[in-house]
Amino acid sequence: MPEEKRHINGLWWCFWLGVLLVVIIILSFVWGRYPISPSNLFKIPLSRIFNIDQTWPDQMESILFRVRLPRILLASLVGCSLSAAGASYQGVFQNPMAAPDILGAAAGAAFGAALAILTGQSSMTITLYAFVFGLLTMALVFFISHKTRGKQVIGLILAGIMVGSLFSAGLSYIKLIADTSKKLPDITYWLMGSFNGTTTNKVVLALIPMAISLIPLFLLRWRINVLTLGDEEAQTMGINARRFRIVIIILATLLTAASVAVTGMIGWVGLVVPHLMRRLVGNNYKYLMPASMLFGASFLLLVDNISRNVTETEIPIGILTAFIGAPFFIYLITRKEEAL
Amino acid sequence: MSIEVRGLRFSYGERTVLDEINALACPGEILSVIGPNGVGKSTLFHCILGLYNKYDGHIVIDGNDIRGLSIQQMARLIAYVPQSNYPSFNFSVFDMVLMGTSAHISSISTPGKKQMLLADEALEQLGIAHLRNRAYTHISGGERQLTIIARALVQQTKVLILDEPVANLDFGNQLLVLNQIKKLARLGYTVMQATHNPDQTFMFSDRVLALKDGHVLAYGVPAEVVTEDLMQKLYKTDIEVASLYGDKVRICVPKAVINNTY
Repeated sequence: MPEEKRHINGLWWCFWLGVLLVVIIILSFVWGRYPISPSNLFKIPLSRIFNIDQTWPDQMESILFRVRLPRILLASLVGCSLSAAGASYQGVFQNPMAAPDILGAAAGAAFGAALAILTGQSSMTITLYAFVFGLLTMALVFFISHKTRGKQVIGLILAGIMVGSLFSAGLSYIKLIADTSKKLPDITYWLMGSFNGTTTNKVVLALIPMAISLIPLFLLRWRINVLTLGDEEAQTMGINARRFRIVIIILATLLTAASVAVTGMIGWVGLVVPHLMRRLVGNNYKYLMPASMLFGASFLLLVDNISRNVTETEIPIGILTAFIGAPFFIYLITRKEEAL
Repeated sequence: MSIEVRGLRFSYGERTVLDEINALACPGEILSVIGPNGVGKSTLFHCILGLYNKYDGHIVIDGNDIRGLSIQQMARLIAYVPQSNYPSFNFSVFDMVLMGTSAHISSISTPGKKQMLLADEALEQLGIAHLRNRAYTHISGGERQLTIIARALVQQTKVLILDEPVANLDFGNQLLVLNQIKKLARLGYTVMQATHNPDQTFMFSDRVLALKDGHVLAYGVPAEVVTEDLMQKLYKTDIEVASLYGDKVRICVPKAVINNTY
C-alpha cells in the first residue's frame, strides 16, 4: 500500500479497530459453554441501574460478572499490553524482529512463577513472584549493559540474551527437581499460558502496572519515530536518545512482566500484531501504537474464545497463539507486495 | 548566528584526532571542510553538534559556549544533515520532515497544525512538495538528501551542518542539492559542510577549512587557499588548479593526466 493511503487512513483504521474490539467483546460474552443471549447480555447490566424484571436465572448473572467479564477484561488487557510492548521494543531497538521477550523479562518472570509453584505458593503469590522476577531481570540487564562499551542497543540486547538464558537454565533446573506427579505438571501447564480461572482481583492486580505503562507509552508514541532513526540523529533533533530508550524499555518491560505474571507465556502476539499493523497503518507510531493496542486486544480475545470453546478441554492459549502466529508471520514476511 | 571553534583538541583514548583547530563560520556563508578520509571531519562535526563533549577548547555559537546547553537547546540552534541512509523503518517523506519539529514540541504531544504547515513549507522551499506522501525509501538519493535538508529546516535553526551532502549522488543530483544549500546560505543560514570534491570549494563555498593529520592546514577564501601546494599536501598527488572562463571557475586536474604519465 502506498504511504499516501496509509497517512489518510491511519485515523480511520484506528476507529474501525476500535469497533472490531467492541464487537469481539460482545461476542465473547455471548459465546461459551453456558450461552448468554444478546438480549440478556444487555438487560443484566442495565438491571443494576434501572428497574427491569428479572427473566434470567441468577446463575447467568453470576457467570456474566464473575466469570466472563474478568476473563474478557484480562485477555484484552494482556493482548493490548503485549502488542504495545512489542511495538515499543521494535522502535527503540530499531529492529522489526524485536518481541516482548527480547530482554529476558519473560524468562525471568517464568522462573519466578516456577519458583513460587515449587515452594507451594498461592495463585496470587505466584503472580507476584513472576512480576518481581520479571522486573529483577530488567534491572540486571540494565546493570550489565551499563558496564558495556559502545552502542547502547547492542549492550542491552547482549545482556538480555545472557540474563534470559540464565533464567531459562534456572527454570530447567526447577523442573528437574520438581515433584513429577504434581508440581512439574503445574509448572508446565502454567508456562503454556491460560486465562482460565481469572478473578476480578487478578484483573485489578494486572490493571495497575498496565495502566501505568500503557498511558505514557501512548502519550510518548510519536517520539519513538525519531528514535528509530538512530541515536545521533535523534539527539541532533533534540531527543536524549539513551535516556528516552531506557524510559520506553522500562514501560514496555512492566507490560511484559505483568502480562506473563497473570497469564503465563503467550508468545507471538507481541511480534505478529505490530507487524500486521505496520502493513495496515504504516510505521508512524502516531497510528501504529493505538492500532497495535486495539488489535492486540481483539486478537488475544478472539484466540481465547477459540481456546475455551473449540474443544472439550481448554487448549492453553500460548500453544494457540504459536499455532496461529507462526504460520501467519511466515505469510506476512513472504508477501511480495512491499519490501520492508 | 556564527560558529567559532577555538583551540579544539579531541582524542580517542591515546590517539589525538584533532589538535589546535580554529575556525569561524559566518551567517550567509558556506564553510567547506576538506581533507583526506579519516582526518577528523566527522569528529569535528560531532563536537560542534554536541554529540561528543570530551574535548579541550571551546565551541562558541553567537558568543555562548555550547557546553552549557541542553540537548534540546542545541537542537534549536544547530540542525544536522547526515549522509542519506536507509532507516530501519520506512516513513513517508512528510512524516520524515515532520520529525525535525521534535525540539519544539513537548515529549508527550504529536506535531500539530503549525508543525505540519512548517513541514509543507519546507518541502515547497526545496521543490519536493510533490514527494510529500511518497515512501522515503522509494525516492532517489538526491530526493532523500533534500528530504533530510527539509527536516533540518523545520528544526528552525540558523545553523546547518552537512556531512558530505552529495556523496553517492549522480552529477545532476549533486548540483541540485548543492544549489539548494547555496540558496539557503544566501537566505542567512550559517552552513558548514564536509566535501571530498575540491572543485566544489570553488563553486559552492565562501570559505575553506583544510584539515590534515588533525591540524588545520589552511583556512580562508577558496581562491586564495585551495592551491596546487595545498592539494599536494592534502592528497599527496600533483594537481594543477586550472582557471576557466576568465577565472569564473577553477577546477583541479591531476598533473599525471595532463602529462599522460598514468
